[in-house]
Amino acid sequence: MAYMTDRKRANRWGSAKSGTHHFWSMKVSSVGLLILIPLFVFTFGPALGGTYEEVTAYFARPFPAIIAALTMIVAFKHFNDGFQVLVEDYVHGIWEKILILGMTCLSYGAAAVGVFAIARLAL
Amino acid sequence: MADVNRGNRPLSPHLQIYRPQLTSITSIFVRITGNALIVAMLMIVWWFLAAATSPEYFAYADAFVTSWFGDLVLFLSTWALWYHLLGGVRHLIWDNAVGLDLETAYTLGYALIIGSVVLTIFTVIVV
Repeated sequence: MAYMTDRKRANRWGSAKSGTHHFWSMKVSSVGLLILIPLFVFTFGPALGGTYEEVTAYFARPFPAIIAALTMIVAFKHFNDGFQVLVEDYVHGIWEKILILGMTCLSYGAAAVGVFAIARLAL
Repeated sequence: MADVNRGNRPLSPHLQIYRPQLTSITSIFVRITGNALIVAMLMIVWWFLAAATSPEYFAYADAFVTSWFGDLVLFLSTWALWYHLLGGVRHLIWDNAVGLDLETAYTLGYALIIGSVVLTIFTVIVV
């Protein structure tokens, strides 16, 4: 008979301080994308296949440029949060950390490149 | 309570035990489509970067993105995008503890499959 209690066992294992934060972030970005994705598909889609002059002129317009930039930011944030859940479910140990860190670098990096490129086209 | 049978409890059955069902398959495809979309996302970022760099680099990137292979990736991604979006809507509904009964879950599952195909065809026609 060990003198252990449920409370004592739970100690040091971390609390639920930020337990719902990830869930809420996913929910916020998913609602954002619900608005942005249809707008992005039907503004970006027609531009694809155009000549260099057409494409640069198209994204110099405010609406397609703002939609595209916002989509970059929210989609990569949402992707990063979602990928983290995928890794947490299937990968454990050191690779869990490496994959989450690596994909975070890639997601934020790609979002930055996308926003930079769109800003350059727009300005 | 504190010492009852710790670490020696039966495990819940794993994936290979369950018969695949509409609910489980549509669920796993939300995850697959969501993560697979990174390919198209990176391709689009590359395309934007090329357009912002120079006409020569744009011609190079655009040739890849609009090639048959690029088209195939974007076509499949269009379906994946609509599927993932509708799957997300389904989660937003479920988050309110609504529609979790089997009958509604199946209806939403069929709506997800049919809806994603219809939206993909619509996108291909319009865009």
